[in-house]
Amino acid sequence: MNMLTTNPPAARLTAAETALVEAFSAQIGELPGNGAVIGTRDRLLDDLKKSGLPTRRIEAWHYTDLKNLLRAIPEAQATAATEAVAPLVDGATVLSVLQGVADSRAAVDGVDIASLKDRLVDGTAAAGLTALDKDDAIGRINGSFVRDGYVLNFPAQAEIAAPIELQARHAGGQIHTRFPVSFGEGSKATVIERHQAVTEDAALVSSISDIVLEEGAEITWIILQQQGLADTHLGQIRVKLGKDAKLRLFVINAGGKLVRQELRIEVVGEGAELTLRGVNLLGGESHTDVTLVLGHNVPHTNSTETFRNVVFDRASGVFQGMIRVAPDAQKTDAKMACNTLLLSDEADFAAKPELEIFADDVICGHGATVTDISKTHLFYLMARGVPENKARAMLVNAFVAEIVEELEEEKLVEALEDIVSAWLEKHA
Amino acid sequence: MLEIRNLHARIAEDGTEIIRGLNLTVRAGEVAAIMGPNGSGKSTLSYILSGRDDYEVTEGEILLNGESILELNPAERASKGIFLAFQYPVEIPGVATMQFLKVAMNEQRKARGEEELTTPDFIRRVKEAAAKLQIDQAMLRRPLNVGFSGGEKKRAEILQMALLEPSLCVLDETDSGLDIDALKIVADGVNALKSPDRATIVITHYQRLLDYIIPDTVHVLYKGQIIRSGDKALAHELEANGYADIIGQAA
Repeated sequence: MNMLTTNPPAARLTAAETALVEAFSAQIGELPGNGAVIGTRDRLLDDLKKSGLPTRRIEAWHYTDLKNLLRAIPEAQATAATEAVAPLVDGATVLSVLQGVADSRAAVDGVDIASLKDRLVDGTAAAGLTALDKDDAIGRINGSFVRDGYVLNFPAQAEIAAPIELQARHAGGQIHTRFPVSFGEGSKATVIERHQAVTEDAALVSSISDIVLEEGAEITWIILQQQGLADTHLGQIRVKLGKDAKLRLFVINAGGKLVRQELRIEVVGEGAELTLRGVNLLGGESHTDVTLVLGHNVPHTNSTETFRNVVFDRASGVFQGMIRVAPDAQKTDAKMACNTLLLSDEADFAAKPELEIFADDVICGHGATVTDISKTHLFYLMARGVPENKARAMLVNAFVAEIVEELEEEKLVEALEDIVSAWLEKHA
Repeated sequence: MLEIRNLHARIAEDGTEIIRGLNLTVRAGEVAAIMGPNGSGKSTLSYILSGRDDYEVTEGEILLNGESILELNPAERASKGIFLAFQYPVEIPGVATMQFLKVAMNEQRKARGEEELTTPDFIRRVKEAAAKLQIDQAMLRRPLNVGFSGGEKKRAEILQMALLEPSLCVLDETDSGLDIDALKIVADGVNALKSPDRATIVITHYQRLLDYIIPDTVHVLYKGQIIRSGDKALAHELEANGYADIIGQAA
């Protein structure tokens, strides 16, 4: 009896779970952090060990059974060589994270930049290493293993014209990065968070961006995920939107084998405005899950969410979009749409929009469509002499371009459209 | 130029026969008007000529310059010189008008084994043709047909026609939804393209358009057949007496 209670059946771990626990043991004394950080890491890993990776029985993970899908953890590749590349947009400042190490000494006038590693060592980053709830596997994994990243502070009224690119590149292995960023009152900036595989060697990547917009900040944040065909990418962005703050958040998935992108957004200041746009380019045998949890917590806030998904081959995609409107969040205006082009009989996409509305004077709507290319559009282009394959490519491109063009900054739109076209040329 | 022999065609989905033994010859340089009451098969004929796969040809032949086009897809027909000006041009968000024009012109050139246009040459051609049709640059910067008024859409169709230089132009109810000024601009555009080696088929419900685009021949389509052919006087007769007389004579 005693033997059974000290070794309960729940302790049976999958190969991947065992590998995570062993990787953690192997890195004891090596992962950066003071006593408080070490204590937090231990607790988060312990929670992960107890609950295991989430399965489909956990509602938030119903369409992405991580326990089942994450079969193995690649060996750590601390010495793999990568180097920084030119930024997505000319003139941007690159803060590179190579093989999980923030190595850049670039400075941006008017912005405090520190490496997360330093903040772990001095313990100031300890309080941020949290899991958002009991099902937050990404929070647990990242909090346990995170080694580096950048901590950025934009002082009040800072207006940073050139985009800042957080450029995370790897050549396989285990990569855990984190970017706590605060945007002071009235600050303006564009940040591009770019995740890229350099080789086809498998990687497990977790990355959390934890961003706060103070009153009146106007920020564009772009997440561009271009992992390799064998990579697992567990991404999370945590957002707090203060009074009259405006955030344009663009998420583009164009890579990876197993991808989960969590968008955890809390609107906490009146007059705040969120523009969320997403593009998912899915092909091969990949599985990509974008899960949004958006809380409108105060009166008079707006949000629009539009996702465009293009699914080829045997790829599968998931969009879960939960909008919660708190009881006193009157005059909330939220509109969510998820449109999918299914371009193969073996591809699939699951869309699950959810509204939880506790206020009575709000405008909230959602819509989801799944279609093939419009025959009328295809005929029109072909009737002008455009051959079928080219006409199809133009229409798929157009479906995505409509969203990308909303960014308006010409250089950014062009750079992202080039990425979309290049991806489509490879997959169509 | 175009010869249609004993054409029978039906809607692919439900098998409804729309074209029932149609014969028509249009010579190079000719402007042929096809008139007929609603439901006679006018628009269907235009779609069949351009190769829309919602319709199946079950019998007969369509020859363009002596060659059958029935096995060709719409893009191949376009590069052989068939152009359909749509009754309802579709809006395609996300496709830039200029990009579309360039791809269409160059794909047709490629299919015919011609050199692709250089960008400056392309832009010059578009500017010249657009000016003649009073299409401003702002319109060309918009996505294809998106937010265009009815008249703007029709002018954009004629712009495409001018740029693609087809040998057979098919205008499907090009006058519908146009006020008199827009109608004149469109008709001038069509007339400017008249040439001895180009034929035009004008499909219309009303005689009005034919005051501006003068036809050489007029054909009355009813229940999927040409029931009467004549010259432009026939159009006036229809305008004065309606279709009932002619249908009565044919029956």
